[in-house]
Amino acid sequence: MSSPISILYDAPGPLARRRERIGSTVAALVVLALLGLAVWYAAGRDVFALERWDVLWDPPRGQTAADVWRSLLVVGLGATLKAAVVAAPLAFVLGLVLAVCRTARLAPVRIGATVVIELFRGLPVLLMMFFALLGFGWSAFAAVLFGLTVYNMAIIAEIVRAGLASLPKGQSEAAYAVGLSRGQTLRLVLLPQALRTMAPSLVAQLVVLLKDSSLGFIVGYPELLKAITNNGQFFGNTYLVALFAVGAGIYLVVNITLSRLALRLRGRARRTAAPAVDLTAAVTPTGGTAA
Amino acid sequence: MDLMVIADNMPAYLAGFRLTAQLTLVSGAGALVIGLAVAAMRVSPLGSLRAFGAVYTELLRNMPLTLIFFFAVLVLPQFGVVLPFGYWTAIICLTAYTSAFVAEAVRSGINAVGIGQAEAARAIGLTFGQSLTSVILPQAVRSVIPPLINVIIALAKNTSVAAGFAVVELVATGRRLAQQNPGDVMLLLVGVAVFYLLFTIPAGQLANLLERKVAFAR
Repeated sequence: MSSPISILYDAPGPLARRRERIGSTVAALVVLALLGLAVWYAAGRDVFALERWDVLWDPPRGQTAADVWRSLLVVGLGATLKAAVVAAPLAFVLGLVLAVCRTARLAPVRIGATVVIELFRGLPVLLMMFFALLGFGWSAFAAVLFGLTVYNMAIIAEIVRAGLASLPKGQSEAAYAVGLSRGQTLRLVLLPQALRTMAPSLVAQLVVLLKDSSLGFIVGYPELLKAITNNGQFFGNTYLVALFAVGAGIYLVVNITLSRLALRLRGRARRTAAPAVDLTAAVTPTGGTAA
Repeated sequence: MDLMVIADNMPAYLAGFRLTAQLTLVSGAGALVIGLAVAAMRVSPLGSLRAFGAVYTELLRNMPLTLIFFFAVLVLPQFGVVLPFGYWTAIICLTAYTSAFVAEAVRSGINAVGIGQAEAARAIGLTFGQSLTSVILPQAVRSVIPPLINVIIALAKNTSVAAGFAVVELVATGRRLAQQNPGDVMLLLVGVAVFYLLFTIPAGQLANLLERKVAFAR
């Protein structure tokens, strides 16, 4: 990827390269020293003692390692993924509908869609979960679904709108010229093209959705974080470090994989003939908590 | 349903709003400083600093904010580190999390400056410092500000996560009021929503406006 960063300075000669190497080594040593200090401090507090980690392979209190991993991966991560897997398609369909309504010819429909989008984009996901939990009296799972769906539907509507706007005007003009109706134009000509440019942004939004599902911990939905605290309560809080390391690892692996996929798709969208427009600029980059 | 319930609880709302605003301002300022430093690392000629900056942003951006709060409140005490409960814990977590997004916004702003600009600056003989300060950064700032506003909007919404960890900001206030007045739950929560929208919608419009202005300048 070309960036101005690489040409801000001359291609380094032998002297500059040596200076960079020395500087880089010194900086690396400083960073490593700081990390080492933290590790040394933690080791002094027995954080790395085996009896604080053996819950992962030889748990106490008559449980097997399989029980622990099952509670984390199947029950905990399973619940997190369940919320995401149900909410993501719902948000996508509703977002698509909202985006189409936003370009409708009828002013009330257009204004209604705009109000809905602005409203849900501007509110914290947690607050919307509380609306469902306390206001509608729904279950914790339904509350999590509601929060994730309405927030991401608004964001996805914005992504779709930007995707449609990035298409050349000639596409819709040509479609109308051959006699297609508005709905046909959208369905057969505009959306198939826009979806290709939108794919990276949609995958990136999946990361936000997955991260926000952890808010379920606060509204009482038994997801991954809850599975960690449950294990911590059962086996003793000294195991929280090990259990947390597993939970954080799971989140990082899943999310970084998705982020990489989004980057790859973006690279491909740029290489193909499709209009290379960066849609991320059009939506809040960080999303929910994520943002 | 009775609008008086909102008026009656105005002091609680205002206290919650003040705390939310405070969390946003203090951690926003902190995140700006740290985020700029990390962005500087990511464009520096020193490879190890570039790597550190990349790892820092990748880690924090791919972790849920709830997980970071969880770490600070429940896991750090196991290290013998007990952060001051509530407010300052929230500030530290929000600052760390947001700084990664600030760094990313600034970095992509620098990348958005046309490569020809840097080439031209080099061609007329400007040094690294000169081309950065008088050619690249003035242009980068313009394209960085709209995404930065969006980061701050997200931060304002993210302060709500602190509600789950014993900080009585707006959402926690709403939850508390809703539990005290079971008859007016919807109305009380709408009250909370209005306070958020008072900030997020105008700020979003401002970001859009600036974005359009920048787009014309190109």
